[in-house]
Amino acid sequence: MSEAPVAPRHGSAETVGLAPDGRPDPLLTPPRPRTGWRMLPARVGAMCVVELQKLRHDRTELYTRAVQPALWLLIFGETFTRLKAIPTGGTPYIDYLAPGIIAQSAMFIAIFYGIQIIWERDAGILTKLLVTPTPRAALITGKAFAAGVKALIQAVVVIVIAALLGVALTWNPLRLLGVAVAVILGSAFFSCLSMTIAGIVLTRDRLMGIGQAITMPLFFGSNALYPVALMPGWLQAVSTANPLSYQVDALRGLLLGTPHHLALDYLVLVLAAAAGIAAASSLLGRLAR
Amino acid sequence: MTDVRETTAVPALVCEGLRYAFGETKAVDGLELSVRPGEVFGLLGPNGAGKTTAIRCITTLLPVPAGMVRVFGHDAAKERMAVRRLLGYVPQQLSADAGLTGRENVELFARVFDVTRRERAARVARALEAVDLTAAADRLAKTYSGGMVRRLELAQALVSAPRLLMLDEPTIGLDPIARTSVWEHINAVRTATGMTVLVTTHYMDEADQYCDRVALMHRGRIHALGTPEELRSELADRRRAEGKTDPDPTLEDVFRDVAGSGLDEQGGDFRDVRSTRRTASRVG
Ligand SMILES: Nc1ncnc2c1ncn2[C@@H]1O[C@H](COP(=O)(O)OP(=O)(O)OP(=O)(O)O)[C@@H](O)[C@H]1O
Ligand SMILES: [Mg+2]
Repeated sequence: MSEAPVAPRHGSAETVGLAPDGRPDPLLTPPRPRTGWRMLPARVGAMCVVELQKLRHDRTELYTRAVQPALWLLIFGETFTRLKAIPTGGTPYIDYLAPGIIAQSAMFIAIFYGIQIIWERDAGILTKLLVTPTPRAALITGKAFAAGVKALIQAVVVIVIAALLGVALTWNPLRLLGVAVAVILGSAFFSCLSMTIAGIVLTRDRLMGIGQAITMPLFFGSNALYPVALMPGWLQAVSTANPLSYQVDALRGLLLGTPHHLALDYLVLVLAAAAGIAAASSLLGRLAR
Repeated sequence: MTDVRETTAVPALVCEGLRYAFGETKAVDGLELSVRPGEVFGLLGPNGAGKTTAIRCITTLLPVPAGMVRVFGHDAAKERMAVRRLLGYVPQQLSADAGLTGRENVELFARVFDVTRRERAARVARALEAVDLTAAADRLAKTYSGGMVRRLELAQALVSAPRLLMLDEPTIGLDPIARTSVWEHINAVRTATGMTVLVTTHYMDEADQYCDRVALMHRGRIHALGTPEELRSELADRRRAEGKTDPDPTLEDVFRDVAGSGLDEQGGDFRDVRSTRRTASRVG
């Protein structure tokens, strides 16, 4: 090549080398490591980007997953609105139900996220990521937020369906931002729960079985379909321990303006997500072995 | 370019007394190895020899329960992050993400190795170019052939400019033309960068042709080590001394010689065969 040769950057053994033509090839200089707190957001960003790229290439999942929440709102919501069987404090039942269905459809995605992790393990993708300068907790946090991004897109779809069905939701951007945060935190928790179980049972089939066994109790044992006050005492206890209830409470408060406990809701969601990340990270090594 | 590295005192990789057992199975049983900077080092052995297990200890995927592993002086048990920054790793199975394009697959690795946004596009394009995938870069990886996936994985490993490239059976399951092409790319990269390459394979002919030095591994241990030429002429001399008049021995003969008759009986168990098959099939 005609370019003037560039002097080697360092003469030490650390130098990887130069291209034969004397120009520094980008592939010859290792990138400068991000350190400290800047590493975590970078990894989370990388995982979220991958999730979005996959969704862009294959949107079928997005469409098929919209069917179930649409049916819940359309059939269950419309029917019970007419029956007026559930006391919702004056809110039409379908309005009351919509935030619950947003939370439920987000949870359904997250609770099976561990299957994707096992698939990535079997396909060698996870293995390779574990040989990058990414601490396990950062990898899990990245995956948890990636699940959150996926769930968020799902939530947008459900919100649009609900709006089409005439549910009076808020369009206040600040409140919608709060909704997004609650959806992402809830999904982070449920996906970590799923990845934790994946780290324990290690196979797709078993995780699938457990996932199916726990989704309905989590759903029915929450305030997604009916107010906590209607539940028998033991179910109220379940609901109190169920992060889904706090997520629904926050969504309902923000979207409909019903009475809420936002501070407590976000506190519980943040703590649950953090605990989930800790648990899933500690078990990730088992998947790699 | 390699002179700079050859004068370096620190070996690219040292394993001393490395052991790893899965329950009763002693997969790696006292591995002694020293890889010089800038060389292409072949770790050869039959199914179940412990090659992959050794690689997984070196790449920090498995702990180092006994013995010591150092990559350019960094302890693989204690300085995991430092070791990972120096490594490029292509596992035995085809491991590109089928739901992403070739370029996106490489971009992911640029991101997790902290390539800045400003540099990313150029570096990724360069890595894809180095393995001749520029034209196919924006196709989904699930449309790639086995050989293309292997080259894509090579690009993923190269994008972070590793100093030690670890390739576990890079040519398994590929047709002869794809095999040659993968080796030619490995060689070109080595010549251009002076990178150290550790590669495992079953194919003695490939090792003979492309590796500077090889180690013959069997039942978790190294049984012979040297340049392919040295190992072959050693055996030829020995045979001549015994008065035999066979044709020139191949690396495979050397291997049969050092591994003894045990080779035929213990040619790997069912799990090995299955994982080899899985590797041979298309990317998930
Ligand atoms: N995850 C595992 N659990 C139990 N045993 C294992 C596991 N991985 C490997 N082994 C056993 O350890 C031994 C070495 O296996 P390893 O995969 O390291 O061999 P290899 O030389 O890479 O073989 P191949 O050429 O088939 O890839 C074998 O006996 C194998 O059955
Ligand atoms: Mg192997």
